Amino acid sequence: MTTTVGLKRTPFYDLHVSLGAKMVPFAGFEMPVQYPTGITREHEIVRTGIGVFDVSHMGEFEITGPDRNAFVNRVTCNDVGALREGQAQYSAILTEDGTFVDDCLVYRFDDRLMMVVNASNIEKDWSHVVNRKAGINVRLKNISDEVALLAVQGPEAQALMQSLTKLNLATLGYYHFDTGQVAGIECFVSRTGYTGEDGFEIYLRPKQAEVMWHAVVGQGRGSPIGLGARDSLRLEAGYPLYGNDIDDTTNPYEAGLGWIVKLNKGAPFTGRAALERVKAKEVTRTLVGFHAVEKGVIPRHGYDVYLGARKVDLVRSGGFSPTLKQAIGTTYLPTHSVDPGTKFLIDCRGKKVEAEVVKLPFYRGSVKSR
Amino acid sequence: MSKIPDHLHYTEEHEYVKPTDEAGIVQVGITDYAQGELGDVVYVDLPAVETKVGRMEVFGTIEAVKAVSELFCPVAGEVVEVNQALEGDPSLVNQDPYGEGWMIKLRVKNTAELDRLLTASDYAQHIGE
Repeated sequence: MTTTVGLKRTPFYDLHVSLGAKMVPFAGFEMPVQYPTGITREHEIVRTGIGVFDVSHMGEFEITGPDRNAFVNRVTCNDVGALREGQAQYSAILTEDGTFVDDCLVYRFDDRLMMVVNASNIEKDWSHVVNRKAGINVRLKNISDEVALLAVQGPEAQALMQSLTKLNLATLGYYHFDTGQVAGIECFVSRTGYTGEDGFEIYLRPKQAEVMWHAVVGQGRGSPIGLGARDSLRLEAGYPLYGNDIDDTTNPYEAGLGWIVKLNKGAPFTGRAALERVKAKEVTRTLVGFHAVEKGVIPRHGYDVYLGARKVDLVRSGGFSPTLKQAIGTTYLPTHSVDPGTKFLIDCRGKKVEAEVVKLPFYRGSVKSR
Repeated sequence: MSKIPDHLHYTEEHEYVKPTDEAGIVQVGITDYAQGELGDVVYVDLPAVETKVGRMEVFGTIEAVKAVSELFCPVAGEVVEVNQALEGDPSLVNQDPYGEGWMIKLRVKNTAELDRLLTASDYAQHIGE
């Protein structure tokens, strides 16, 4: 039996259990890895219809005060100045070395900013951010326990959501958000997600979690989807996962995330000096996507990767793609060996299996655009 | 509760042995409990016919979306047939583990070994049901 002592629960916990979900410890929370539907079917539902994910384990920091934009510009690498009210952006918190403390979303409201961070990194990110507050007039609040978060994802998500709200979702652009009511509940809704499909994320108060769940989940609405399918969906879409594809030993340029680094945004930020040095030279390794050439084996996170006889990296993310019906994954290869079609080997529990570099993303779904 | 048919033999590693109509030939697969724990099966790697396998030796590998597991041979014997259908549709292991989701048929070397395996009630106790 797994021990569940000290694990937190989201406001949707009882609903998951009543639906027969398999609950597992994840980032300090008891989370549903799958429902009786099973990961493969759950994955297909999001690719073709509507899936609903409880992602309330994610962390949220609220930043208020006159210097809020300058402060978030200091602790993240993307440009908060380019963000208008009602917009969100993908960004990252970096170390002095220019490697990842975490990746995050930054939301700009009229009177505040909100950072959304990975559940596993909430405490680390919080102390990193708080430690850089000196001399700046802002107020920081870790509101992670006061926010419930549901992701409604899939090509049919807009139709469902529009039936529940007066907000005009047809004109709500990718990485934009609006505040209002959904199913009669005060919340804000952003056109964001982690699946490669069109979809929305709904931020609301925990005490209204259950009512919102029943508004979006059920016959003719969305199906509940667990963390298992969340992982296979994001991998197919080529989205990095902190702890696998990115961590405090990798930088944004290597990870293919140079587009979120704004060296010239007119504000210094943690990691900037190191990234300028990285950019002055060519990066020596690059995150690539691959598929296994043979059937029958799945390269998984942590397996050794060889280019010729030389061990060059580990499998960062690896798994079976329900859409492509083959094993796929990511790894860092020397930058001179990253062209699609490049062959290399993966040690799958003692057996060297051939893999081939393919272009990311593995699959392009109904997501609006980047 | 998972299904644990009465007339089968079981291992602590969650394989089962099912007698066939032919004397000395048994069918081997994984239990309903095991398929539930593994989740959606995507590949089953099985040995060639005529492979000789010892008792509790690895005879194959099963890859599920979230897990990978070795397959242990409950009794020593020679593989006389493998379930080719699993190559095209590995989800048969999830849908019907004791029927269409079987893995290999084995000519048992020493039928006395069958008595060393768990009974249905032993196995139920082993998995806490």
